[in-house]
Amino acid sequence: MKLRHALTGAAAMMAMAPMAFAASHSGERGRDGELKIIYWQAPSIMNPYLSGGTKELEAASLVIEPLARYDQDGNLVAWLVDEVPTVANGGVSEDLKTITWKLSEGLLWSDGTPVTSADVKFSWEYCTAEGGGCAQSEKYLDVVSVDTPDELTAVVTFGIAKPFPYGPFVGAQAPIIQAAQFADCMGAKAPECTEQNFNPIGTGPFTVTEFRPNDVITLAANENYRDPSKPAFATVTFKGGGDAAAAGRAVLETGEFDYAWNLQLAPEVLTQMEAAGKGKNIVSFGTSVERIMVNLTDVSPDLGDERGTAAHPHPFLTDKNVRQALSMAIDRALLVEVGYGDFGRLTCNVLPAPAVFASTANDACLTQDIEGAKALLESNGWVAGADGIREKDGVRLSVLYQTSTNAVRQDFQALIKQWWGEIGVETELRNIDASVFFGSDPGSPDTFQKFFADIEMYTNNFDGTDPEAYMANWSCDQAPRPETQWQGNNMPRFCSEEYDALVTEMSTTGDIGERARLAKAMNDMLMQEYVIIPLVHRGRNAAHANTLGGVIMNVWDSEIWNAADWHRVEM
Amino acid sequence: MLNFTIRRLLLSVPVLVIISFVIFMLLELAPGDPMANVPLTVPPEVKEKMREALGLGEPWHIRFVKWLIQFFVVEPQVLFDHVFGTGFAEDKLRVISWQTRSPVMDIVVQRIPQTLWVVGMSYVIGVLIALPIGVISAYKQYSIFDQIGTFVSMIGFSVPTFFSGVLLIVIFSVNLGWFPSIYDTTHKVNDWSSFVFQMKQMIMPVSVLALYNAAQISRFMRASMLDNLNQDYVRTARAKGMTEKVVVLVHVLRNSMIPVVTVIALGVPQVFGGAIITEQVFKVNGLGQLLITAIQANDLPMVQTLTFIFAVLIVVFNLVADVLYGVLDPRIRYD
Amino acid sequence: MTDPAINAPSGATSAGAASPAAPVAEAPVQARATPRNQWWDVWDQFRTHRGALLGLACFLLIVVMVVLGPLLWRLDATFIDIRAKNTRHIVACFGLDWGAIISCFLNPAEAEGLKVSWAHPLGTDQLGRDILARMISGGQVSLAVGMTAMALALIVGTGIGVLAGYFKRLDGLLMRFTDLFLALPLLPLLLVIIMLFRDPLRAAFGPAEGIFILIVFVIGITSWMQTARIVRGDVLALKEREFVLAARSIGTPSRRMVTRHILPNVMSPIMVSATLGIANAIITESALSFLGLGFPSDFPTWGRLLFDGTDYLQQYPERVVWPGVFISLAVLSVNYIGDGLRDALDPRIRGR
Repeated sequence: MKLRHALTGAAAMMAMAPMAFAASHSGERGRDGELKIIYWQAPSIMNPYLSGGTKELEAASLVIEPLARYDQDGNLVAWLVDEVPTVANGGVSEDLKTITWKLSEGLLWSDGTPVTSADVKFSWEYCTAEGGGCAQSEKYLDVVSVDTPDELTAVVTFGIAKPFPYGPFVGAQAPIIQAAQFADCMGAKAPECTEQNFNPIGTGPFTVTEFRPNDVITLAANENYRDPSKPAFATVTFKGGGDAAAAGRAVLETGEFDYAWNLQLAPEVLTQMEAAGKGKNIVSFGTSVERIMVNLTDVSPDLGDERGTAAHPHPFLTDKNVRQALSMAIDRALLVEVGYGDFGRLTCNVLPAPAVFASTANDACLTQDIEGAKALLESNGWVAGADGIREKDGVRLSVLYQTSTNAVRQDFQALIKQWWGEIGVETELRNIDASVFFGSDPGSPDTFQKFFADIEMYTNNFDGTDPEAYMANWSCDQAPRPETQWQGNNMPRFCSEEYDALVTEMSTTGDIGERARLAKAMNDMLMQEYVIIPLVHRGRNAAHANTLGGVIMNVWDSEIWNAADWHRVEM
Repeated sequence: MLNFTIRRLLLSVPVLVIISFVIFMLLELAPGDPMANVPLTVPPEVKEKMREALGLGEPWHIRFVKWLIQFFVVEPQVLFDHVFGTGFAEDKLRVISWQTRSPVMDIVVQRIPQTLWVVGMSYVIGVLIALPIGVISAYKQYSIFDQIGTFVSMIGFSVPTFFSGVLLIVIFSVNLGWFPSIYDTTHKVNDWSSFVFQMKQMIMPVSVLALYNAAQISRFMRASMLDNLNQDYVRTARAKGMTEKVVVLVHVLRNSMIPVVTVIALGVPQVFGGAIITEQVFKVNGLGQLLITAIQANDLPMVQTLTFIFAVLIVVFNLVADVLYGVLDPRIRYD
Repeated sequence: MTDPAINAPSGATSAGAASPAAPVAEAPVQARATPRNQWWDVWDQFRTHRGALLGLACFLLIVVMVVLGPLLWRLDATFIDIRAKNTRHIVACFGLDWGAIISCFLNPAEAEGLKVSWAHPLGTDQLGRDILARMISGGQVSLAVGMTAMALALIVGTGIGVLAGYFKRLDGLLMRFTDLFLALPLLPLLLVIIMLFRDPLRAAFGPAEGIFILIVFVIGITSWMQTARIVRGDVLALKEREFVLAARSIGTPSRRMVTRHILPNVMSPIMVSATLGIANAIITESALSFLGLGFPSDFPTWGRLLFDGTDYLQQYPERVVWPGVFISLAVLSVNYIGDGLRDALDPRIRGR
């Protein structure tokens, strides 16, 4: 029933962290001139509640802030409050239904007005207003009310016991916005508030001076920021557009920019760029796993409307031995080396982090075993035909393997096709434009949810550090099917009563050790059934100039979460 | 000719409405989802709510009529208000982009300067070098000049800008450090040094694009000149004792302009459409980049508006070309 | 009369650029009592054009290379030999010290600080796939796409251009139709076409051929408009010329007017369109592959090789140089062939 150990530790750590930076480098605000950041995908809005996109979330994190956020190790850090409420310090009620946040004293908005608990309450109302289409409404799930007993106190009440009550107002996804500014922008009016959405008043280190959608954002230091010696930079130019190679070049080779985001480039290209000596690559590992999903349903076009539904099991992928052989044939170490270098790690789990949830039961997958895979297929009656492709009872092991268009993914497809060829499985490759693949247009046959292919590959992760919602993705009712307009996260259409029971159990369990056991059990079940074949544990990488100090890469929150502490260093 | 122009302009209206309808249906049919860029961690039911907030729940014909009204009634009113300070368009819903939740036309206006500076300039330069090259190449067919011109223009056309742009950046930005590799759209020219900076940041994208445009136009110019140089009227003109300069630059050039005018007129709307790849390579973020990001994000109001403006320009400039045919060759009559 | 008296059957417009040898073989026997088939005159004139001959030779060489290449160079373009990844091309030997160059060519395995091998004369890519094999199989696809898409665009464009220019009644309708096509955004159009037709074509022709038909169709259908506008413009001017008037006054029927008098006189812009069309098709194909709308990733094409190589421009320049050189060579040779053909088909020049 208590998260005490994890949370008290987190609260203690956070109080220390910002101070340590302040001591190492201080001076007056704006002393270091201009900071130049390049995001090769340009932000289109500064309001994370109206766009769930990572680029918008991160750009906005320079301006608006949550009550608490995650640090580089995934610990909760108090941000606009003095301490993170826990059961131990009385901030979270014993029944886990209320959490009480106390704002720090003296906080000001960038327009000079004080931050009050009414703003906190308003942020909840804004996101849950009818017709607003708030992208982060999941964060406020089960919130019944937010009460404001005084100017600085906000009490969040949940309808059910929340073992993990840190959804609302925590992390870059759920920042506090100013009630006075957004009062007329509730619900259906949200999209009409262009000025507010482009130039939100915030508590963060910077304020927007000019916002050019999908192009460039100019920001200036917030004169009312809580620490008078921060931020070190007087202005920020936040440029968007181009491609990853160009962004990397601008930071690492020409030195025109100070920070570049999400450089999805071949490792050797990045290493060579870094050799120019102008900047360095950084990486941090979160929960992202590049994985293969195995379709357990038959997607033959002859089936018409029942294509890809549980009514028709897949002709051969329902044989666990085939799925296992496919996994055994993959050399994950080589995939990491070719595709990600230092930005990828080996994993045999779909839930690779945080450490307490990571299972070690499946580590056999770390070594490729072509011979073993062949033997496994052979012993189960899958024998090679005339063209080297294995078959049994007239069923050929021939798969259609789809993924989104991306240089690394196409390299992975080529490698895996060859390995599967060696064990006698024929593979046809298909790559689909990301905007179609990851879209959920029910009219398109090519979405990752419809999954009209035998095998598909993409990356997924979860927000924050708690895997409960993530692991619930593979319960029976999450399978995309015509009745749900093909929405849902259970791409393999995996369905097991035992698994569903674990999901239910986790939603009512509060003890961290017990939760970890359940999450691991679910992970192991998925792995040992081989319905999900993990390939690489992906880090998030970025590059910064050697003259930029204070950068701490963070995958659990916005990666520019501590821009207030960034400063110029002498070379 | 005036009669013809007026008739064609009137005819353009139904044509444009049909075109806008076809574009709308095409976008409607195309697979895609404005929520495709939202991270997978956002649950599907939230995405469904977001789609409803964008108005996607309504049937297509209502959305089409709404767009027509917003584009043809509200947007001109906004322009009128802006110029005369009136208040016709107050509280009326303009064409709103799904990505940015702001009026599409505001963003378009914001993007025009850099597009004109870079793409427009490169087109003008391309045309200005293509015409003399085409004329000289044809007049001195198979001379060294012609051979070099052919070679350079064919290479210029067959090497895609995604490669030539990156090559220039590697040479001039990374190795020599002469020019910035990233275009600063917020830069304002107000004195000599800022003008020099503007020139520096324009030089690479402009030369890449100008080479590409010049290659194409000079080929058509040359071919057309060659056709005409052998005509009987040229011989007649020479026989009459006209100077070579007059023969070539007045008689032959004028008669050779028809295909060239066609190509140039076809290219002008494309200036507005932006140079998608070149803008991307140099981070110019003009209208081309706006269109491609809108397509990738499935921002239908934005794509619809941009392609429609593009269609208007196509219709107008093809009309201009048709009128110019009559000017160049008075025998061509449409009545 | 200025009418060039070539009997150019309409098919010659496309056959001309696609295969210059074809007219010789297929030359229709003329009813006219000339002792010698006029196509021989065309060929004689063509032969005197040095650039055209060179272009023809170069083009045939490329075609032979990509068609017969797989028989001589047996490595599979998709075979991954990961240990050989990032092998440099053999030309990189010239980068060594003077003394080491020869030994590098003789025994590349022992070249210091350089990974070269005669097993992969053009080197390998980041997965260890042989670039020579990829160039050969990429050339097959790129040339086939380039030629067919160009031919399709040319036929449609010329057809619509001539009809619109010659028949006044059709002009308005056809030109507004052209405007419509010019205005259609390419990417959504592609997405729709692929969504509607990919699976039926895949079922009917197999994955590779289905996509091939789709891509050729898409590129062809979206690049005919320029040709149509240009041809129409020229035809508008041509039909007011005296020779057309003269021909009409003796009662030449429209069909004969078009094939005999109009088409031969718009050959030069068509030739230029053909040349530019090939380059355009090859490059558009690479852009499509990049957007995930083209061939599956295990079908290399020249455009795609060039695109993939761009990231490695600084470390492995050969990955962009080879595809770049071959695309340019193919386009240049087609251009010179076009020049030669144009001259050869023009009787005013032929006599000189």
